[in-house]
Amino acid sequence: MLYVRILSVLPNRTLGLQLNHMSKAIPTMQFDIIRVPDGASDLKRVQNCFYNFAVTMKTQYLNNRSPFDFTAVVSTRGANKIASIALATLLVVGSAVGSIHAQNAADGEAANGQTANSRAAQSDDEVRPTRRATLPPQVEKIDKALEASWSEAGIRPSPVEEDLKWVRRVYLDIIGRIPSFEEFASFAKDKSPDRRVNLVRKLLEDDQYTEEYANHWGTIWANILIGRNGGMEERSLTNRAGMQKYLRDCFASNKPYNTMVYELVTATGTTKPGSEKFNGAANFLAMKVNEEKGVQATAAVSRIFLGLQVQCTQCHNHPFNQWKQQKFWEFNAFFRQTRALRQFARGTDDIDQIELINEDFAGEGSHPEKAEIYYDLRNGVRKVAYPTFIDGTEIGKSGYVSEVNRRKELGDLMMESDFLDKAIVNRVWSHFLGYGFTKPIDDLGPHNPVVNIELFETLSKDFRNSSYDLKQLIQWITLSKPYQLTSKITKDNDSDDPAMGELPRFSHFYTRQMTAEQLFASLSVATQANRKGSLDEQQRRREEWMRQFVVAFGTDEGDETTTFNGSIPQSLMMFNGELIRSAISLEPGTWLHELSTSKGTPQEKVQFLFIAGLGRRPRPEEIAVASQILTARKAEVGGMLQDMWWAILNSNEFIFNH
Amino acid sequence: MWNRHATPSGMSRRHFMSHMAGASAMMGASLSLGHSLRVHADTLKSNRKSCILLWMGGGPSSMDIWDLKPGTDNGGPFKPISTSGDVQISEHMPMMAQQMHHMAIVRSMSTREADHNRGRYYMHTGYVPDANVDYPSYGSVIAHELISQRSELEIPPFVSVGGASEGPGFLGMSWAPFNVTSNGRVRNLEMSVDSDRLSQRRFALETIENSFINQKRGTVLEDHRKVLGKTFDLLTSKQMQAFEVDKEPEDMKERYGKNGFGQGCLLARRLVEAGVAFVEVDLGGWDNHQNIFRTLENDRLPVLDKAMAALTSDLSERGLLEDTCIVWMGEFSRTPRINADAGRDHWARAWSVVVGGGGVKGGQAIGATNEDGTDVTTEPYSSEDLMASVCHGLGISLETTFTSRNGRPMKIANSGKLIKGLFA
Repeated sequence: MLYVRILSVLPNRTLGLQLNHMSKAIPTMQFDIIRVPDGASDLKRVQNCFYNFAVTMKTQYLNNRSPFDFTAVVSTRGANKIASIALATLLVVGSAVGSIHAQNAADGEAANGQTANSRAAQSDDEVRPTRRATLPPQVEKIDKALEASWSEAGIRPSPVEEDLKWVRRVYLDIIGRIPSFEEFASFAKDKSPDRRVNLVRKLLEDDQYTEEYANHWGTIWANILIGRNGGMEERSLTNRAGMQKYLRDCFASNKPYNTMVYELVTATGTTKPGSEKFNGAANFLAMKVNEEKGVQATAAVSRIFLGLQVQCTQCHNHPFNQWKQQKFWEFNAFFRQTRALRQFARGTDDIDQIELINEDFAGEGSHPEKAEIYYDLRNGVRKVAYPTFIDGTEIGKSGYVSEVNRRKELGDLMMESDFLDKAIVNRVWSHFLGYGFTKPIDDLGPHNPVVNIELFETLSKDFRNSSYDLKQLIQWITLSKPYQLTSKITKDNDSDDPAMGELPRFSHFYTRQMTAEQLFASLSVATQANRKGSLDEQQRRREEWMRQFVVAFGTDEGDETTTFNGSIPQSLMMFNGELIRSAISLEPGTWLHELSTSKGTPQEKVQFLFIAGLGRRPRPEEIAVASQILTARKAEVGGMLQDMWWAILNSNEFIFNH
Repeated sequence: MWNRHATPSGMSRRHFMSHMAGASAMMGASLSLGHSLRVHADTLKSNRKSCILLWMGGGPSSMDIWDLKPGTDNGGPFKPISTSGDVQISEHMPMMAQQMHHMAIVRSMSTREADHNRGRYYMHTGYVPDANVDYPSYGSVIAHELISQRSELEIPPFVSVGGASEGPGFLGMSWAPFNVTSNGRVRNLEMSVDSDRLSQRRFALETIENSFINQKRGTVLEDHRKVLGKTFDLLTSKQMQAFEVDKEPEDMKERYGKNGFGQGCLLARRLVEAGVAFVEVDLGGWDNHQNIFRTLENDRLPVLDKAMAALTSDLSERGLLEDTCIVWMGEFSRTPRINADAGRDHWARAWSVVVGGGGVKGGQAIGATNEDGTDVTTEPYSSEDLMASVCHGLGISLETTFTSRNGRPMKIANSGKLIKGLFA
């Protein structure tokens, strides 16, 4: 297969002609188009676009295990300069692109790789990201908006967090674990004033982190889409591995967020990896369409992707929510062509997988050409509903898939809705800063108060204009001022305490518990535990460990919560659980055994533990405790290290993100 | 700070202290940290109030259990039977029928939350979900208020069996439910080191914890320290035997029903005996959008009937019912109209809860619904009212007020009013 991505400043029509031509010549070609701003006036922005594009291409290429052929076609209008910048950028970031053709629309001349190479050398200087100036403009927008809101509220932000503490935070939030000792050390070597920027970009763009990044966000999204227990229920229709594979691939290739949403909402195909019609995205709706007329699909799609809580309005108009019962069923009508067909394992009645399909919907009144549905008001009056989007847009009423594919129509309408932008910006903001612009983050209804509303709306628009590039959004937030602040609360901002019911002001970082997944991955990296066995085996151990956090609620909707929330059972797990026991094991071959038998004084070894676990050196009183324990252990260093390591891993400083 | 927060502190750390006494001298400094030590050996057990909440996750159809409408379109196939009290209940609750003299049915509950999450939150806290304040659930509030009656308690005062309670809200993680499965098994209790070494590890841990707390990085860190303290208490406590429901005689296990909910109720009785202030036992499976009558008759009601009747009679026989309030409720009830799938959907406007023990006047029904069960015809009662009444039954003053740091006072149970006639 030939995969072509086109970066284009051309109008779509002009480009279309060229593409037609190309796809006739190469029938196996797949392509997508990214519009970039017309560069003549704004070279910097074009340059940024190309830079990110090149990194994406490289990631895709390196992650793809099957033979995969890339061709980038860069279509430009006007100055040759832009083309050369684009090519140079690709080469500077070391993009492993098979062949690069720059097609200049102005003169129709295609440059081959060699030409590009020589051009690259010439323009190298202007391509390198420059200091500060390369920060996306959204960073400044965030800083200014928050500074204004701080002075309005009469508070002052906390100081900037110490570097190593901030490093720990940014690893946890972007790739889901604390940094290793070596990674701390490597950051400490970077003395440039832009070292924080460099680190964020490294975590987002360097190949060595692609897999962890994709795993981290894939897991977060699997939990959002199918719940932490999804796929583990008895006779589940969901294939968790299939869901995760799809999501991991999305994040590894940094698929534009809107594309991902469209694919999830409109998916057809089978749920199990390796099957002929496999489409991992089908797992999202697999278990939400057959029962109860698809009300779960209705509720999940509107809540997760649009931030609209409609589930209460299934039965009645909700007093605190502007959504009416009518709207619920109109939205529901989009899912009524969808079925999940069970396929059984040969010779058994075990569900092997399901296939999500669209089929003709006759409606509840048996008029497929005008397939209506009915619902009952509380007073018993029966009403009719047809597929209608939240903004009142109606689509064709036919139930025949060949005439109206309702989920595709829904997907298209969602792509136009600014709720799509807000819901994701709110979710990502809250991921990094602890609270969203609304609480809860998936309720954007007009009844719910919003903080920093102008900033929220600007970022949402900008995110749409960035072509839904999640890595861009992550940069905006992690490089902004509020994310740099320490979690230490000062006298000037101690009123900023959302846990106590105040609106979040983001004037200091909000200390919070790691998630169960972050804790697991952090323990693994800190102790180099769980590195044994095959990938599958590691995955199984991880899932087993995670299962102890799930609390199910016994409703048909499969509600559940899973948190590492610091309760007593979880403290017990951290005191005595399997994972901790192996983390502090002194068996030959373990990390701690290696440390205890290596050269160096006990004090140096204790210092090593503190840096590996907490990213700082021990304080005098902590060294004193260690030496007292060493005495109690009758000078047996291994035992002392075990006790200290146990204490470090159980400490607030380890298990909180701060 | 929340003013009430600081008032009742302390579980005894007696056991741990006795280990500490033998430990090395370096422990001395750490003793003053954390909790204050309060031992009221003279606390009279007879004053000790407790509450057991039987939580019916999913929203049980109360008009098929406690408030039948035979002969109406909505009534369904179940018939009412007479009971030991002055009320009738479903024919599929024959054992409870013999215990109804202990219980009161409140038939005029009328609430507005018909979504599972919102309903569960509202019925557990007395508040609708609020963007800005996390309210504490029943168990956290009641444990917090009753802790001073049980200074010798070393195990958590709020235990949730088999499920899904709400959290401690603004009271902080140290008032969170202690979740166990219905067999009472608590994982990771086995200590891998002796108690001396555990004390030393505790000392190292507290040293790291405290210096971080002193950097003022948020109240969650102080909560973590409190939870650690409680965890150490529990590791060394003989009271943990209360969880060993397996040690009950076989006929007692049979009496409650050998299923998760039955054994959970039996565990609840053991925990109340041991001094736990609040136990929540979860029975799910009430979200019956389809085939409701078959599910109730063959599955849910037999389990509920047996366990609830056994719990009521057992507590009564042991003389504990006077001081133990039993509350039966779910997040809402189900639509009176039977839907096309022979199920009932969500309905919050008119429904029933059941309360008994703790001074409640049993054998009666309070309030009523109209002929087809769609509305209440007497004074409607809310979650707040029910919570206030339960607090009253447990001797907790309804004037109890929590104050937020910005000075907003909040009355216990969201200023709910007493349900009239519930208490003699």
